Amino acid sequence: MSDIIRRDPRAEWIARNRLHPLHAEMAAPVAETRGPSGLIRKNPHAVGFIGPNGIKRIDRMGGNSAAVGMRRGAKSAQQVELPLHKVESPDFYVVAVVDMVGGRLTGHDKDVLGQAHKLIRGAEGNGAVMAVVFGEHKEEAFDKAGVDRLLHLTGSEFDGYCPEQKVANLVEIEKQYQPRYWLFPDSINGGNELGCRLAARLGERPATQAWQVDRETSVCRGSGGLQDITRATPRLLLLAEECADQIDETRHEVLAVELDTRPSIINRLQDCGQVAVDPNSVSLAEAEFILSAGNGIRDWEQFHKAAEVLGATEGASRVAVDDGYMPRFRQVGATGTWVTARVYVAVGISGAVQHMQGIGQCDKVVAVNTDAGCDMVKRADLSVIGDSQKVLEQLIELARDYRQGGAENAA
Amino acid sequence: MQPELNIVALVSVGQHPKSGRARRAEQDARAVELGLRLSGEKVQVLHAGDVAEESLRSYAGMGLKQLRVLQQSAGADASLALGDYLSEHQPDIVLTGVRAESGESSGMTPYLLAEKLGWPLVTRIADIAKIENGEAEILQALPRGQRRAIKVRLPFVASVDNAAEAPRQSAYGPGRRAQLEPLPWVEAADEVRASFDEAPARKRPKRLKMVKAKTAAERFKAATAKSQGGGGRIMKDEPPREQAQAIFDLLLEEGVLR
Ligand SMILES: Cc1cc2nc3c(=O)[nH]c(=O)nc-3n(C[C@H](O)[C@H](O)[C@H](O)COP(=O)(O)OP(=O)(O)OC[C@H]3O[C@@H](n4cnc5c(N)ncnc54)[C@H](O)[C@@H]3O)c2cc1C
Repeated sequence: MSDIIRRDPRAEWIARNRLHPLHAEMAAPVAETRGPSGLIRKNPHAVGFIGPNGIKRIDRMGGNSAAVGMRRGAKSAQQVELPLHKVESPDFYVVAVVDMVGGRLTGHDKDVLGQAHKLIRGAEGNGAVMAVVFGEHKEEAFDKAGVDRLLHLTGSEFDGYCPEQKVANLVEIEKQYQPRYWLFPDSINGGNELGCRLAARLGERPATQAWQVDRETSVCRGSGGLQDITRATPRLLLLAEECADQIDETRHEVLAVELDTRPSIINRLQDCGQVAVDPNSVSLAEAEFILSAGNGIRDWEQFHKAAEVLGATEGASRVAVDDGYMPRFRQVGATGTWVTARVYVAVGISGAVQHMQGIGQCDKVVAVNTDAGCDMVKRADLSVIGDSQKVLEQLIELARDYRQGGAENAA
Repeated sequence: MQPELNIVALVSVGQHPKSGRARRAEQDARAVELGLRLSGEKVQVLHAGDVAEESLRSYAGMGLKQLRVLQQSAGADASLALGDYLSEHQPDIVLTGVRAESGESSGMTPYLLAEKLGWPLVTRIADIAKIENGEAEILQALPRGQRRAIKVRLPFVASVDNAAEAPRQSAYGPGRRAQLEPLPWVEAADEVRASFDEAPARKRPKRLKMVKAKTAAERFKAATAKSQGGGGRIMKDEPPREQAQAIFDLLLEEGVLR
């Protein structure tokens, strides 16, 4: 290329003309340019950038700000990639056995993983957090929750209720990896049971309901929640909810690790499966799957039928209750029940704030509504825009086919 | 009722959650209730501690003729004494609560006993449906009001959940008249427990929602943004059949259809 510096009069003209459609690209302001004579020229107009409210901002952070010379809005669009936390050849492990309710990490699980990192931070040597998962799962964000190593144990032996099988595997993990700490969520979803079983097997004395833990001391709730017990931190901990902050500033490797020997034992507890419980006898606050009706329901017979064949607990918005279609104790929302369902299907509910407050803790929300712009659709993970009557009719049919198919397969 | 069964219900001294007064523990009383329903007055109720404890009388008032107490001082490890007693007497079923209302409340007692006796342990049971040919059919309480059926051979240890049938009322007079039978027992001091530092529970700090924003613009956005889901899938023009199928698939995937 020649040394002659060539000018592009058209580009300069566009750069001067703020109304030109191409102005934004051309005017990528360069604060320092080499003038035609080869001298460095500073353009005071090109310093800084236009802030979000249209005012010019000068960044004196020495180029740390990404916005210089970029088009407006481009910055906010890009997602920041969290830094990757790497542990090469770990010296010790902290093992967290997670609950995985519905195949995903619960908030409690993430607290436990956060606690695991808190126990490693500042300790001598390289520590890695190993998560132990039994059976199939649907979790995609192990890396963001702080899992350095993942021990995923699969196989038909982990189907159903098999605490003895799981504990036998945990004992193998103890032999192979000798973890420095064992962490369990102290929850009714299995964490408490597994932790206590393992503690009894290993002869460790666990800290239960521990809510403030560091490497020296743990504070645990005792006496049915009336007392705090401060004690030296044991190897095996059953952690209360919100014991530590969750991981949110780093990504982790999630490297798969293996268990060399898989023990085979005879299960003394024979799981005969879940017993059918009338979904409407379960209290609304506890129910796992709620089919909720609002002002958009015309055919109430059909709604009850749908709830029955799907095996869902019935809920309602206030309007449906006020109009006398549903009893008061079925009302979901600020003045009704705050529900914790994993799946909440809202049929013909617009999503008023008072109603949304009540479903804040629901995992998956499905909306069936004629209005695509209503607030429930904005909150929902799956929205179906259409008439509730037609959708429910199809849903009932699908559920019936499914039930019959299941019965035929079983027979 | 099966009076030939040898059932032992373990009871502890409870504590009222608000006043802190000694009382019969909720779950232990449910264990006694279950024992009474299974084998009538023959159920043996066992406590490790002090025979002079008044609240034991409220268990006795549920219709027991006698209550056996392994005499222990306050600092002794109850699970060791109970384990010794049970391995000597070999009952068919041992019923306990899930978690004690006083002391460490770790809930380890049933686990330690099961480990020591080498028996299977069924946790959080709601009911024992039937016992036949040395095999028991048990209903286990699961979260969200669900139940699971479990079969297990005798002998076993079971911890009784709050979902089990509520205990019958305790009658004062019969409770007075019942016989509390102290058994002198070797006691082992609980040394680990002695090193614990106990204090009234502090209020736990609530976790605040922290906004980790680096620039003013981000902080501004975080303060003013409406909280919204990340935008779910919207099905607008599909026929109802397809829409219903999508909902149904989601229900299947989440495993809520059973
Ligand atoms: C102090 C106070 C407390 C309150 N507390 C509560 C509370 O606890 N719980 C509660 O629910 N509400 C509460 N409310 C009422 C709340 O503000 C709303 O009025 C109510 O939630 C609206 O109910 P809705 O969504 O069923 O009815 P609407 O707002 O009438 O919505 C009906 C929806 O159905 C859709 N629709 C209509 N026809 C069809 C069809 N054929 N197929 C499909 N969709 C259809 C419409 O598009 C609309 O989105 C409270 C209000 C106040 C003032």
